[in-house]
Amino acid sequence: MMSHANAHDLQLDPAGHLKHLLTVEGLSRELLTEVLDQAEGFLGVAQQAVKKVPLCRGKVVANLFFETSTRTRTTFELAAKRLSADVLNLNIAASATTKGETLLDTLRNLEAMQVDMFVVRHAASGAAHFIASQAAPHVSVINAGDGRHAHPTQGMLDMFTIRRHKGAFENLRIAIVGDILHSRVARSQIAALNTLGTGEIRVIGPRTLMPAQVESLGVRVFDDLREGVRDADVVIMLRLQRERMSVALLPSEHEYFQLYGLTEERLSTARPDAIVMHPGPINRGVEMDTQVADGPRSVILEQVSNGIAVRMAVIAMCIGTQNLRGQSAVGGLDD
Amino acid sequence: MDHAAVETAIAAMGIGLQALLERRHITAPLMVGIHTGGVWVAERLHAELALADPLGHLDISYYRDDFSRIGMHPQVRPSHLPVTVENRHIILVDDVLQTGRTIRAALNTLFDYGRPKSVILAVLAELDGRHLPIEPNVVGLHARLAAGERIKLTGPAPLVLVRGRAPAKPAPKTHQVEAAP
Repeated sequence: MMSHANAHDLQLDPAGHLKHLLTVEGLSRELLTEVLDQAEGFLGVAQQAVKKVPLCRGKVVANLFFETSTRTRTTFELAAKRLSADVLNLNIAASATTKGETLLDTLRNLEAMQVDMFVVRHAASGAAHFIASQAAPHVSVINAGDGRHAHPTQGMLDMFTIRRHKGAFENLRIAIVGDILHSRVARSQIAALNTLGTGEIRVIGPRTLMPAQVESLGVRVFDDLREGVRDADVVIMLRLQRERMSVALLPSEHEYFQLYGLTEERLSTARPDAIVMHPGPINRGVEMDTQVADGPRSVILEQVSNGIAVRMAVIAMCIGTQNLRGQSAVGGLDD
Repeated sequence: MDHAAVETAIAAMGIGLQALLERRHITAPLMVGIHTGGVWVAERLHAELALADPLGHLDISYYRDDFSRIGMHPQVRPSHLPVTVENRHIILVDDVLQTGRTIRAALNTLFDYGRPKSVILAVLAELDGRHLPIEPNVVGLHARLAAGERIKLTGPAPLVLVRGRAPAKPAPKTHQVEAAP
């Protein structure tokens, strides 16, 4: 797979508009804020009797999932449908040996069907970037999770949820707990939190589940949960990604819970108005206690609803206005 | 056109609306203003008519037919309809009516919230240049524009209708139209 060092160069068109969303790294604070502001507008569509707006009528969005997903795929599908786009869902089993060839073949076939956007999930880091670099000029690509690399829409929906509850990021203390090593979600969250100027970002977990030089990401590292969540405004729990662990990094899930599982008691050092987040799916009794997951500080289900609005914003920003991209916008509203 | 003239036009709209509602035997209409200028006018009319239900706000950005041409508005405010429009008599209020495209989009937006019993259209300023078969029921004033001239409502207080040459780029925080070519 290709290097993704230059992913952000691909992401914007010459006019600076979002063309692909592959990673939040390299995107400006203004652009991330625009995504959040647009999502705020799209949240209102869910209140309509007809939960649909005609922004992407006639566009075709293909969900290209080489890895299984329920929440991400369905919320992307709903987001596209609420924008009146047509949606193709393709669940393609990844082939380890012919990945590049399979990807390109799939891509060319879908382009021949006049698809306007690919939403890509893949087990290999850089897969979405590879597709974006190979896609026809009119096609946009959104990364819906690639290996351990990035999951930008999840990162942005978490930013959206935090902003709705806590406002500006400058004075916030945000703790991310768990398997940082395998988490593309954590990587996207940390990049977005840094760009948005978050006061303090903490990562908490066993050393075996921390990437090398994790401090260089601009975070404070804790190995004690109680200390790590002390005075936190937001506590983000990550899923233990056993499927990505090739060697024994953990003694047992039971022991993990003993040390890093979030309980109401351990949460008591956080700020009284702290919110608890989780990207799902939750391993109840492993990352967190059921009481916390279903408790008053949990915003986990709100994250799911917010995910639709944020994905609508990203889809609309990429393909909603592309018909006459490059032509200058005409001033004056036509009333 | 100065503030006093605008307020006089709005007062006249109030009287016109009252008479129309009586003629149609409508006792409890729901008023909805179109962002941004339409909401300003609607706030005045809402007070004028002393309506019981709170004022609704409609943002039509997602329903515009020139969306792909002008791009996404940087600040789309969610529409806010505090009361269901289902089976209600609606008074739709906008500041300026010219081509009728905004009203087309507003009607589509409104109908995605439910099925109103009827819709009355009230506009502060009516201009020539309709592109669509849409006519207002209540009009504050009729204006005529020279080629390249435009009119815009500035507000929210004081409300002033400003005539001027169309600039290259629309100024933010105002609602404006250019003369139809």
